[in-house]
Amino acid sequence: MVSFYGTEVASRLMLGTAQYPSPAILEQAFRRSGAGIATVSVRREAGGERAGAAFWDLVKQLDVKVLPNTAGCHSVREAVTTAQMARELFDTPWIKLEVIGHADTLQPDPFGLVEAARILTDEGFQVFPYTTEDIVLADRLLEAGCEVLMPWGAPIGTGLGLTNIYGLRTLRAQFPDVPMVVDAGLGLPSQAAQAMEMAFDAVLLNTAVAKAGDPAAMAEGFGRAVEAGRLAYEADPMEPRDMAAPSTPLIGKAFLE
Amino acid sequence: MKITVNGDPCEVASDTVQAVLDELGYGEAKVATAVNETFVPAGSRGATRLAKGDRLEIVAPRQGG
Repeated sequence: MVSFYGTEVASRLMLGTAQYPSPAILEQAFRRSGAGIATVSVRREAGGERAGAAFWDLVKQLDVKVLPNTAGCHSVREAVTTAQMARELFDTPWIKLEVIGHADTLQPDPFGLVEAARILTDEGFQVFPYTTEDIVLADRLLEAGCEVLMPWGAPIGTGLGLTNIYGLRTLRAQFPDVPMVVDAGLGLPSQAAQAMEMAFDAVLLNTAVAKAGDPAAMAEGFGRAVEAGRLAYEADPMEPRDMAAPSTPLIGKAFLE
Repeated sequence: MKITVNGDPCEVASDTVQAVLDELGYGEAKVATAVNETFVPAGSRGATRLAKGDRLEIVAPRQGG
């Protein structure tokens, strides 16, 4: 079990709900992944459209916890207002806080992120900040009241995997007791397993599953990888070494010239 | 009265957020609202008056990553 803000979640996989070929495939992907948390968003709706209600009905069937985001927000004001609207719509204090600072990389704006995190925490939100591997920024976010950190693996939607292993390892080591979720940039289950082996508490991904040729199968692949990676971490892996060490005992080997 | 609804110009006869929602056909839709970038809770829509040129945002649950 992993716990975020005192709420225990059985699965260490969080899955986004965007970009699937169809609602049916989204549902299959969630079922096969075993994901315990779904990320969702808010967007403009026209009068009489009722798309929001239809999507919400689908999400309720998934039997997962919901983590709304502030995706696409570039200012503190925008992110805070979006979070407030999301809290009302989804009836949860959880918010995945995105304050984007750079258009091409979708890199978080660290200054806006901390400011928005402080405002939202003061308003009773439980903030999941989408951040980088920067340990000073992480410290500021914790000071602002965040109890979870979501460092990126790579820029959103790239599928590049963990592009700064050193930075992520340093972040993890610096704050060993803070729940951390590697969020964004994962493309393959092996990368999710790698994050879990590095002692991250969970991973969050969307595009890697939704844009796979068979999203449901990929979702299952990620689900298994997250479990495998976590098991490996808990099993205390061996230390790598440079020189070979025979695994088969030499004692008793037949003497054959 | 001319206001902006979800980024588009809109002529409305009503002057509160709730009445505009009703006028535009939102009815019982699952939506959240903001006026001029400030959140308006559902319970305050009836008392929140709109003025000419106000920017009303009406959002609903959507897919997200």
